[in-house]
Amino acid sequence: MTWLRRMVDSIHPTLLVLAVLVLASPALAVQPDEMLDDPVLEERAREISKELRCLVCRNENIDDSNAELARDLRLLVRERLLEGDTDEEVLDHIVGRYTEYVLLKPTTGGLNIVLWAAGPLMLLFGLGLGLGFVRARGRAQAGADVLSDEEEARLQEILKK
Amino acid sequence: MMTELGHFALILAFAVALFQAVVPLVGAWRRWPGWMAAAEPAAVTQALLVAFAFAALTWAFVTSDFSLRLVWANSHSAKPMLYKITGVWGNHEGSMLLWVLIVALFGGAAALFGDNLPASLRARVLGVQGLIGAAFLAFLLFTSNPFLRLAVPPFDGQDLNPLLQDPGLAFHPPFLYLGYVGLSMSFSFAVAALLEGRVDAAWGRWVRPWTLAAWIFLTIGIALGSWWAYYELGWGGFWFWDPVENASFMPWLVSAALLHSAIVVEKRESLKAWTILLAITAFGFSLIGAFITRSGVITSVHAFANDPERGVFLLAITGLFMGGALTLFAFRADELSAKGVFGMVSRESALVLNNILLAVAAFVVFVGTIWPLAIELASDQEIWRLGGAAFRNPFYALGLFDHPEKLSVGAPFFNMAFTPFMVALGAVLPLGAMLPWKRARLGRVMPRLIPAAVLALAVLALFFALQTGRSALGPVGLMLGAWLVAGAVADLWTRKGKGPLSRLWRLPRADWGRAVAHAGLGVCMAGIASMLAWQEEDIRVVQPGDRVEIAGYELQLQGVNRVEGPNYVSTMADVALSKNGRTIGLLHPEKRVYPVAGMPTTEAAINNGFLRDIYVALGDPQPDGGWAMRSYYKPLANWIWGGAILMALGGGLSLSDRRYRVAAGAARTVKAQGVPAE
Repeated sequence: MTWLRRMVDSIHPTLLVLAVLVLASPALAVQPDEMLDDPVLEERAREISKELRCLVCRNENIDDSNAELARDLRLLVRERLLEGDTDEEVLDHIVGRYTEYVLLKPTTGGLNIVLWAAGPLMLLFGLGLGLGFVRARGRAQAGADVLSDEEEARLQEILKK
Repeated sequence: MMTELGHFALILAFAVALFQAVVPLVGAWRRWPGWMAAAEPAAVTQALLVAFAFAALTWAFVTSDFSLRLVWANSHSAKPMLYKITGVWGNHEGSMLLWVLIVALFGGAAALFGDNLPASLRARVLGVQGLIGAAFLAFLLFTSNPFLRLAVPPFDGQDLNPLLQDPGLAFHPPFLYLGYVGLSMSFSFAVAALLEGRVDAAWGRWVRPWTLAAWIFLTIGIALGSWWAYYELGWGGFWFWDPVENASFMPWLVSAALLHSAIVVEKRESLKAWTILLAITAFGFSLIGAFITRSGVITSVHAFANDPERGVFLLAITGLFMGGALTLFAFRADELSAKGVFGMVSRESALVLNNILLAVAAFVVFVGTIWPLAIELASDQEIWRLGGAAFRNPFYALGLFDHPEKLSVGAPFFNMAFTPFMVALGAVLPLGAMLPWKRARLGRVMPRLIPAAVLALAVLALFFALQTGRSALGPVGLMLGAWLVAGAVADLWTRKGKGPLSRLWRLPRADWGRAVAHAGLGVCMAGIASMLAWQEEDIRVVQPGDRVEIAGYELQLQGVNRVEGPNYVSTMADVALSKNGRTIGLLHPEKRVYPVAGMPTTEAAINNGFLRDIYVALGDPQPDGGWAMRSYYKPLANWIWGGAILMALGGGLSLSDRRYRVAAGAARTVKAQGVPAE
């Protein structure tokens, strides 16, 4: 299990301290002074921020986090938007600087295709299995004491009398 | 003194649990009645011993005995009494003791109320429960002992994390643990049934109440945690798809599937092997949850004990129980032949579909949660070391890899990948719930749902036309809500038949439970969708006297004062809420500082309404004398937790159904054969 220990060790102590501090402080993310005057651009900035991870936090997006780095990233997003970048370009720019680790929605490239396809494939598999099972139970019906449609109709008729 | 007695009781409990794990199982195997009968006194003794240890620790917290390391690290003499008590489980060691206590209490309850079970099944259930108890007692004693002393007792403690000093969070862990650990009973029943080689209707009837109870507790526990996040974190988020949240959500999804499939076992003697598998995985996810929360391997906002040694121990427990149970399952599953026959369109097939959707949804959450860890492991270029052996990384050798070492899977992924399954579930649910057993005719059931379908479509059209944006989320959520609630009404109405209205009250409680829980799911979905789609937000700097307008409501900051609490200092604002010049109320958002823990917290002020919450949080003071203030309009916010309460209530109604109450008393007669389907 050395991998386990190594992984835990690899979490840098200062990150842990930071994480604790971040958790501790009231999470008042976006500050009024950061916000753009143009409501449309600001709205786009908010949406983009929700897809970016605050790197020093534990699983928080930069929109919700009040870490210093998250603030820098929020300002960077807005700066790029003011310069006319599309949402895509902003994300690319930030990924270029901080690697894919910042994306809360992973790309679909490489092995990640497994992550994205896991649900749909499992659903197909489950439906196939379920259908097979249900049909098998239906076939077992032939010999069982279940009324056929005609018998059911006759029974209803007799009951009505 | 009490501390040492408690410590000693815990060690004794470990010994008793080992006895409880070995003797009854051997007895059931060799058919020795005396050995089987030993299970009950052992289970009761273990419960009493752990209860005593828990009481001893609670006593140390209540009396602020700072010679105990745990009390010193997590309590303070000035802390309110409520939080001294809840502080017992506000830390890793104490919460593990609570976990062990609940394992033992469930075992004791099964021993006391289980006299309707066949002797060998009961011995095996209690034996497996004893094994679980022994494993966690060992974990507690060897890695996380709560009773360690400090050589030099300090004058005062370090106080509990202020975020935990809150009623919502104080009772969140006990409910969650009742849920997680409640699933250990379903697991014990499943393993015992595999050992017996027999699953019948009676087994279904015994296992369902435990599962139902666990699911109710999980529902309440998760709702409490989400509600706490909503009012405490300062911007009204209620679900973050954080690994620790997922850890509680996966068992919830799987146990929801399990309590549905157990009905099929109970009423139709079918789906047996699948139900056993679900019972095993449901508890498996509880164990994985404990591992995720306490090992720190997957980084999360809430993980509170980052210790690799504990992680390895928990991983070993998980591997032992899952590996053992699944191996047993592989050998025995073939013997569990299905009896009931049913057609393609029937309640049985509807429940199969329910199970597929819930299980796949849980699977998606699982894959998303472990994906960052999997990638990190797979992208390790050099070699893996497991124990003493070293391997070349097979992924790398296969050239499958051009990934960064670290990546994140967060809310945007889960929202996209998970939601479709819930939408599908909501869409088919009302129809499935109304199908009769064995063989149904769609032509007979569908007409009864026409009013519900018309209502749902009308809601969809209306809100799509009304909203300013073009998002489908809100209207679809409300449509599903209307469809589920109206579908539940149609279900009850059909059950009532042609008789007078008063017949509704005489319907079996299981019918009411089903309708209420399904309506609750609809209410919850409607709440989540409208809050995500139509929430409004205003963030700005305000001077005392300034007004903010949001969604037709007016908020005026009247002043900011300093207020002293028992163990904190608060900066409290007075904010007047009004609409069209008519005053609605005065809100008091706060920022608190807990000097001992040195931590600030926000306390948002919320004006609750049936259709909306107005939510105000106070931010930082600004250089010009103003204050940052965040105001929110949150439509149908309370429906999220209201829906959860309805679901739990529905579960409670179902749990109190006559067939379980009767089964407890006059069981010997029912035991021999399955009870006919309704």
